[in-house]
Amino acid sequence: MIDSLSPRLALLVPEMMLLAGAVVVALMGLSKRRGVRDALPFITCGVLLLSIIALPLTYTTPRALDAHLLLPLLGRFVKPLIAVMGVWLVLLSVGSVDRRLEDSVARGRQPFDAQRVARGEYYAFLLLSLMGAMLLCNATDLIWLFLAIELVSLPTYIMVAVGGHGSRPQEAAVKYFFLGAMSTAVFLYGFALLYGSTGSLELLAIRDALAAQAAGNGIDGLAMIGIALIVLGLCFKVTAVPMHFYAPDVYEGAPTHVSAFLSFVPKTAGFTALVIILTCVGWTGHAIIAPDGVRVQYLGLPTPIAAILWMVAVLTMTLGNIGALLQTSVKRMMAYSSIAHSGYLVLGLIAGASAGIDAIYLYLVAYGVMTIATFAALASLERRGEEINAFSDLAGLRVRHPVMAWVLAMSALSLVGMPPFIGFFAKISLFIAAFEANQLGLVIAAVINSAISGLYYLRLTLTPLVAPPTARSHEVTSVPSRWPQVTAVVCGLATIVLSCAAGALLDAARSAGASAPSTPSTHSHGEHP
Amino acid sequence: MALIWISIALPVIAAIAVALGPASRARTTALIGSLLSLAALTLFAWEFPAWTSGAHFPTGEAAQWVKGAGVSASVGFDTVSLLLALLTAFLMPLCVLGSYSAITDRVKEYYGWFLVLGSSILLAFAARDAILFYIGYEFTLVPMTLIVAIYGGPDRRVAAIKMFLYTFLGSMFMLAALLYLGWEHRIASGSWNFDIDALTATAVRLPTSSQYWLFAALMVGFAVKVPLFPLHTWLPLAHDQAPTAGSVILASALLKLGTYGNYRFALPMAPAGGAELMCVVAVLSIIAIIYASLICWVQTDAKKLIAYSSISHLGLCMLGLFALNPMGAEGAVFYMVNHGLSTGALFLCIGMFYERYHTKDTDVLGGLAKRMPVWASFMVFFTLASIGLPGLNGFVGEFLCLGGTFMAEHDAQTGYPGVLGPWYAIVAGLGLIFAAMYLLILLGKIVWGPLREPTAHATHSTHDSSHATPHGIQLAAHSSHEPVLPVDLSVREIAVLTPLAVACLWLGLQPTPMLDAISPCTERLLVHYPAQVERVMAEHAASLTGSDQSPSSQPTSNSLNSQ
Repeated sequence: MIDSLSPRLALLVPEMMLLAGAVVVALMGLSKRRGVRDALPFITCGVLLLSIIALPLTYTTPRALDAHLLLPLLGRFVKPLIAVMGVWLVLLSVGSVDRRLEDSVARGRQPFDAQRVARGEYYAFLLLSLMGAMLLCNATDLIWLFLAIELVSLPTYIMVAVGGHGSRPQEAAVKYFFLGAMSTAVFLYGFALLYGSTGSLELLAIRDALAAQAAGNGIDGLAMIGIALIVLGLCFKVTAVPMHFYAPDVYEGAPTHVSAFLSFVPKTAGFTALVIILTCVGWTGHAIIAPDGVRVQYLGLPTPIAAILWMVAVLTMTLGNIGALLQTSVKRMMAYSSIAHSGYLVLGLIAGASAGIDAIYLYLVAYGVMTIATFAALASLERRGEEINAFSDLAGLRVRHPVMAWVLAMSALSLVGMPPFIGFFAKISLFIAAFEANQLGLVIAAVINSAISGLYYLRLTLTPLVAPPTARSHEVTSVPSRWPQVTAVVCGLATIVLSCAAGALLDAARSAGASAPSTPSTHSHGEHP
Repeated sequence: MALIWISIALPVIAAIAVALGPASRARTTALIGSLLSLAALTLFAWEFPAWTSGAHFPTGEAAQWVKGAGVSASVGFDTVSLLLALLTAFLMPLCVLGSYSAITDRVKEYYGWFLVLGSSILLAFAARDAILFYIGYEFTLVPMTLIVAIYGGPDRRVAAIKMFLYTFLGSMFMLAALLYLGWEHRIASGSWNFDIDALTATAVRLPTSSQYWLFAALMVGFAVKVPLFPLHTWLPLAHDQAPTAGSVILASALLKLGTYGNYRFALPMAPAGGAELMCVVAVLSIIAIIYASLICWVQTDAKKLIAYSSISHLGLCMLGLFALNPMGAEGAVFYMVNHGLSTGALFLCIGMFYERYHTKDTDVLGGLAKRMPVWASFMVFFTLASIGLPGLNGFVGEFLCLGGTFMAEHDAQTGYPGVLGPWYAIVAGLGLIFAAMYLLILLGKIVWGPLREPTAHATHSTHDSSHATPHGIQLAAHSSHEPVLPVDLSVREIAVLTPLAVACLWLGLQPTPMLDAISPCTERLLVHYPAQVERVMAEHAASLTGSDQSPSSQPTSNSLNSQ
């Protein structure tokens, strides 16, 4: 036990750094000096950068292979991804958290009250949530997996509530919390059934048990229901149908920088959890047992799971895209767009181990960059001290804020999958994965959906660049902080620069997605290659 | 290889220079950039060793882009793509020069987008990798949509959105078809690869039913771009609303991407599907020819008239391509180039009087020969080229397309059986008669006849500040932000039109070198077709007469096989 603990702990150095950083940031947030409080986001970034530096030093391949992980090298891709996007998500929020409170303190309208400031907590929770997403990669058993997923989600409920001002974020937070709690109950129930069926909490043991079941009479009903419940519960994290209802309200109600966080971090965590669970199930070795006792092997997940994922994929992308068509609020549109992109990503889950996992992670990189660019551009603008929300606020944006208009246009084109932006490469790698899994029908559904999505993303491209300014949009000004703009420009440029590196990213994701070899005990069962 | 990349990259570099430099120098930078790109491509064409072999150059391994997905950055030309790329590079500087006075607002963006558009089209023609082609093909939409949406007429946004959505929808089907082919290649050879030659080799081995759907999916994508009836409805609006240079590049280069796509992808990749569906395409082409001609006849907007005539002409081009014999295919390729020259020039001519009068309405304008004699002579020249007057370029292409269609009979002695034949040619020929009529009527209205100039109330001006007066020279001066134009063409405008006129005349008088260069390519294109067409005809005959009488189709195929 001790032997296996030390390499595992070494793999968790980045997480420990984030935890320490969270404590430091939470305490410093209570400082009476404004300068210290203003430095919080940059300290948070520093912590994240340190963890990025620490990662290659500590996460070595032999150690990872010793740690009894299901997907030993997953962390080498996912942890830096989380940390890098985390840096931009922090910079995107500079100056937004506690803005009104700090203003009135600075003007002397009210004294500094350590109980009312929330900035320290905000960044501490943000670090904790990112830490949860990183911990997820190293999960060895169901308990760890469950705790990590909850560690991603619980801080986000609070971030929604404290990140802004007024009652709308609080309303959104309550809604988000209750639906989140329900989804947790669903997948926890699934975990329980899976445990009941396989008799183990260890992921490797579960994988071997399920493989043995599959090689025998097929995965039993209890485990199948358990897996189905886990998938449905995780649909909440990734905003997929049927657990997507909260997304538009929460994204719109939450402050823009939190919406950006919600659209990327829980989605990445949710898909990582889904990849881990479905790796336990396996994309090979399943068979139908015909009435005369003959086993007919087929490619892919067990039929019931594949059918559920198939419906989730088609419904998610269709409802997401159609919902997005009807919106007048940019943030609601982005919420539906986030739903639609989850639908595309499910294609990778169905396709599975060979090409699906790397396509999912390339897509998450692309999605992170383009969605953060969009939200950063929105966060860098305000109208009469309020957030930008309606499309009409963006009309003719290029007259006064040309750079932000261009960023919005570029990220929208990338979101629609226009070459040569990174979104295009991500999309074709997903389509290719779906082809590999013989899912021509899903590709056609995704193609039709991409065509539908052209309509509303085109609106996001043309409104800032082409539409004449209106009375409303004349009142749009930049927020005082420059950092959201910097984030927008960097992520906007990344949508095109990253496409040069699409091949390298895909290779990196592929090596990260390799699963651990089966333990000798399964080989003794025979049949499973 | 280097020269190709230089000619593609130069416009982009120039676009960045335009974006960073001052607005006053934007157009000069754009002109220099596009001229250098043309020079690089001309140099490449000068050294091009495969003019008469029909092969591609350069060949060889290219850098992998996305290795896992088999996408590589390989470029190379055969004669056909090189001609079309040269056409594009040739038109770019002329379009830039032609926009000098028309674009006065947001100048930097305009030239920047224009250069990016040019290099994107060049990339599509040069690509030897299907995904690389798709990148060029699809990305043209972005600059073109913005050029129409920002610089166009009153309905510009509707036109731009319509254009974007039509083309985007079509090209998604095309992308799915290309990915499907990549997958078939993966099954056959074990690795993903999107090299066009490799895909073609895979595709021709597919079963007929797969090829049928493959052809249909590719055709949907390219038919929107050509545009083929009934997917053409975005085009007249886009042309009508686009600024002059936008119309020129749209008609001359972008629509050619559709016909080129048929030449490069749909026809060679799915011969079995092409043979099954050629009748459908031919009938749609003929409907386009006749229907668009009839619309032209009643059209009073000069620019829309040329736009519809463009649909009609490209219908003829498609008909020639789908005659599936060397004569028709050669004619179609030749016609692609010619249509680019003469229609582009006509759009420029119309743009020139539009800049002076701010109307394109042929009921309001008339007799401009009296006011603008130099312009009138160019207009008449290009109209005649477009009608197909012998001695000018349009004639050769039209004649070959029609001839190819005429000869595409099931018992043709050329070794290339077809299902079209004289009746198709005769009906399509009606379109040419219509073309002569509507274009001459257009000339009669705006060039000759009594001088009619718009009054202030009759103008359909985009700029509310500019009011037309009876005197061409003053009316432009009324709006403060527009430069003053002379009554007749300026030296700059003559410099734009002269190279086009020379090219039209030269290709009309000396078509042989170009046809010789095209013919090996078209023979390669059609290599699978005689057998496929015979198969389809035999199946057809069998299904018509019943299986017991199927030997009746045997003599035909025997006589052809003996040749």
